[in-house]
Amino acid sequence: MARTLPALGVGVVVVLAGVALATMRVNPYLYFAGYVILQYVVIATAWNILGGYGGYVNFGTPAFFALGAYTAVFLIRSIKAPLPVLIVAGGLVAALLGLGIGYLTLRLRGTFFSIATLALSVVLQTMIINWEYVGGSRGISVIRPSGPPFGNYVVFLFTVMLGLAVVAVLVARFIERSWIGRGLAALRDNEEAAECMGVPTLRLKLFATTISGFLLGVAGAPFPYYVTFVEPNSAFALDYAVNALAMPMIGGTTSWVGPVIGAVLLGTTQQLATVTISSELNLLIVGVVLVAFVVLAPEGILGLVRRVRGRI
Amino acid sequence: MSDALLQVEGLTKRYGGFLALNQVSIAVKPGERFGLIGPNGSGKTTLINCVSGSLPVDGGHIIFDGRDITALPAHRRTRLGIVRSFQIPKPFSSMSVLDNLGIPLENAAHGRGADGADAMQILEAIGLAAKAHLRPAGLTQIEMRKLELARAMAARPKLLISDEAMAGLSSAEVDDILTILFRLNAQGITIIMIEHIMRAVMRFSERIVVLDAGERIAEGTPDEIVRNPAVEKAYLGE
Repeated sequence: MARTLPALGVGVVVVLAGVALATMRVNPYLYFAGYVILQYVVIATAWNILGGYGGYVNFGTPAFFALGAYTAVFLIRSIKAPLPVLIVAGGLVAALLGLGIGYLTLRLRGTFFSIATLALSVVLQTMIINWEYVGGSRGISVIRPSGPPFGNYVVFLFTVMLGLAVVAVLVARFIERSWIGRGLAALRDNEEAAECMGVPTLRLKLFATTISGFLLGVAGAPFPYYVTFVEPNSAFALDYAVNALAMPMIGGTTSWVGPVIGAVLLGTTQQLATVTISSELNLLIVGVVLVAFVVLAPEGILGLVRRVRGRI
Repeated sequence: MSDALLQVEGLTKRYGGFLALNQVSIAVKPGERFGLIGPNGSGKTTLINCVSGSLPVDGGHIIFDGRDITALPAHRRTRLGIVRSFQIPKPFSSMSVLDNLGIPLENAAHGRGADGADAMQILEAIGLAAKAHLRPAGLTQIEMRKLELARAMAARPKLLISDEAMAGLSSAEVDDILTILFRLNAQGITIIMIEHIMRAVMRFSERIVVLDAGERIAEGTPDEIVRNPAVEKAYLGE
């Protein structure tokens, strides 16, 4: 607990710095790109709670993200709900889905769990494609509310996403340092041994899938206002599945810092590549970098740092 | 029999059409050194998997400390005091030896894992203190077995089930593990030993139950078991 308060302090400072940044008049594209990178900080951090701490590799990130986004679309269309409501509701609906896949872990482990989550994403996308109310396969235009509290709407969303990223990272950090994080690490190493050593493995897995799902949904909820046009192919993009997995792997999965490092590095590289080379090059870069890391530094950048420190 | 610490009544377990355990009953008294033997495939490990909660049962009851635990999940049984070690060591490989003990201390022994002092004490008693900060991958085979036992001890068991803790060890190492188990028993921990090394199990056990093909075929003191013709038949054939 003693180190939680300073962490909260750092979080508040980061958000305030973001608000200050938002009031400055720099190139608007920077906010646009910054939003995506921060969104990936949330996604990578959320994925890592289940995949990194608990060792259950989720390929269904797009399902959770899109569920957050489409919950928002639904609430915007039906009751014109304000942004905070969208974020909480998107998170809660995705959390329910998370709880559902948590029960899958009773029977499916390792690769089989991953395949099931991948299938989940396909099933959900098919359902959305056939649901006209939220745009079906053609997609739907979303009109941003007029008059954001400050700046223009993208700048405002950038700040919101920064806040969400800080919250996600604080949650991950808290979990990692509590008995929950230690229990998840034990079940990642050996689930049977963990259970026999008194770790309530099912409860921890359900907790991890639910909280991970919640944060992924939260990341998706502001998406409709960000892009203003939501269609299934962009909401369920493969990029989310690949990046959610690649970013923590590159940064290092055993600590909350890893996904943040991975998301910032990879996210920035992708944004740079999009404007300078080609928007299609993104996944290629991720693929190459991921292969390089898996071969050369399986414990990510954090592992490299630890190895170098160990040598000195 | 009501004074038993662990009472297994009519336990039945099937794998599909194969009857792994057929109406097996055993009773282990508090403080006892109990041996469980039988040829390969006789159901020893299945029995303790059912007792520790790793496997659901298809019939019968398991009563521990006067309480029916047949439906409890494994981690709850551990918290009540039934702790097992694994035949093939299953350490938490990403953690140091010390942190391996922290998991049961924190989860089973009611939150006393934080400072590491308790864990260190257990490691000292078992002779692993010098390796406390290593990862399990850096341990030798015998040290790995000791880690299994140390981790089980950290869960503060009333009943310790040692599943072939000595398989593959040298004669001197077997004595080493036996000494540890005798000492734990002297501290009041009831021990069920499953073992193929007859020298060890005969020396250790006060009472032995023999399983063969999922049935209980004999029970008695080590001397009685050695002279039992049914046991001889189970091991050597006719």
